[in-house]
Amino acid sequence: MTLAQKIEEKIFKVLMIIATYFILVVLAIIIYSIFKKGIKSLSWEILTQIPKGGYYYGKGGGILNAILGSLCLAFGATLLAFLIGLPVALYINVFLIRWKKVAAFIRFLLDLIWGIPSIVYGAFGFTMMIYLGLQTSLLAGIITVTLFILPIMIRSMDEILRTVPYGLMEASYSLGSNKSETAFKIFTRQTISGIITAILLSFGRAIGDAASVLFTAGYTDHLPNSLLEPVATLPLSIFFQLSSPVPAVQDRAYASALVLTLIILIVSLFSRGLGKRYHKTKINF
Amino acid sequence: MTDNKKIQISDLNVFAGKFQILKNINIELPENKITVILGPSGCGKTTLLKCMNRLTDLYPELRVTGDIRISGNNILAAKEDIYKLRQHMGLLSQRPYPLPMTIYNNIAYGLKLRGVKKRREIHKLVVHYLQQANLWEEVKHRLREPASRLSIGQQQRLCLARGLAVNPGIILADEPTSALDPISSQYIEQKFLELKNEYTIVLVTHVLRQARRIADYVVFMYLGEVIEQGDVHEVFENPKMEKTKLYLGGTFN
Repeated sequence: MTLAQKIEEKIFKVLMIIATYFILVVLAIIIYSIFKKGIKSLSWEILTQIPKGGYYYGKGGGILNAILGSLCLAFGATLLAFLIGLPVALYINVFLIRWKKVAAFIRFLLDLIWGIPSIVYGAFGFTMMIYLGLQTSLLAGIITVTLFILPIMIRSMDEILRTVPYGLMEASYSLGSNKSETAFKIFTRQTISGIITAILLSFGRAIGDAASVLFTAGYTDHLPNSLLEPVATLPLSIFFQLSSPVPAVQDRAYASALVLTLIILIVSLFSRGLGKRYHKTKINF
Repeated sequence: MTDNKKIQISDLNVFAGKFQILKNINIELPENKITVILGPSGCGKTTLLKCMNRLTDLYPELRVTGDIRISGNNILAAKEDIYKLRQHMGLLSQRPYPLPMTIYNNIAYGLKLRGVKKRREIHKLVVHYLQQANLWEEVKHRLREPASRLSIGQQQRLCLARGLAVNPGIILADEPTSALDPISSQYIEQKFLELKNEYTIVLVTHVLRQARRIADYVVFMYLGEVIEQGDVHEVFENPKMEKTKLYLGGTFN
């Protein structure tokens, strides 16, 4: 290495280190502040009760309505998006293998709609509800959030499916498998840990978004009990509590944010474990 | 030669865009013999092999014209049931690609495709084909482990067992020993010599000694063209074309 190369290496190394630790520190600060403010208001009551009258002005109760509402909505939407998204991603990678331009066009479209803000999905969902004669409800929320997370679900599964090597595809076909057998038996098995990651990403997006559910799922102080009734969600619950003039209620908002963060943490740990379990059979190249 | 011709290729041309990969290939490969397709890297050997079970379908940039008759049927005709057809040909690639599942299921997968349904039957055949590929002793206690844990040499033998399990009449092998250690390579060669009584084997290689060791029939290719073909003794001991002489003499490779 010449001296110039050594200096260049040093500079880039330092830049990379700074960037990495900067982002880690920012994340740590966010999590720390949520934790610090949230932990003192986090109580058994807040986790297990619905808001009592006057909750938003400091009276008792909890956010169980929002916790259960968010879980129903996010699980429902993630499941629906997975059932639609996996076939799309497999179709692009297995069936469109000879039509690379069509595949590229579909990918481009998906990337485009990925960038649409969630409030636009909310507005679109609202229009759709009027058209279908639906009122604000869990169902309307699930449908809207499904549309909202579909691009991320499909594209992240698509990216992982693209890593399946041609040799494995050839091996599958040369045994006489047809395209759907190759797709569902070979591609999915080879990429299962990546597919789980895609599901997790989509779930995180689904449970964390407020704007898409504002008009469509609505809000209620009751527990979710029907697909056709409105449900509360954690992001909106956080918003309403933060808007309260009472400092104690604002603290509860941080407790709710902490709950939301913990849900995502638990789901990601769980799915990582699941991914690891299935990772073994993957063929490494 | 009075052998039956298992694979007859006539006027085969393959284009990738404007570039012509294979030029007017006319060859006939004998049944139940080992045919070696010999030639330097980049001469189109692998493409020729992939034409035979239409894996070329997977590459949108390739355009294939001509005739490939296997037992008389033109497999390039659009109507042919390509999935059935591929079952009659086992494939061994340069490096092994086991399926992303357990050792056991790597074999059972093909059996199920072939229509074997009874569990007991499947088990019997899995054992049989693993024995055929000389892998049984090494894996009999770990059948439920992922195939990815096997060594490369074992994986290649697993791929051979998997290929045999669909009951093919033809084995296509694309430099199957190039990634293997000498012992595994020797084993694969040995196996081919045993299998040729029941199978038509087409082997692509650029290793002259390997060709001389196991070939019955040799097709020598250079830059997308077939330069010379014939019995192994004819081609190796009495090559007619200048290019063949140079290649066999080691002038280029």
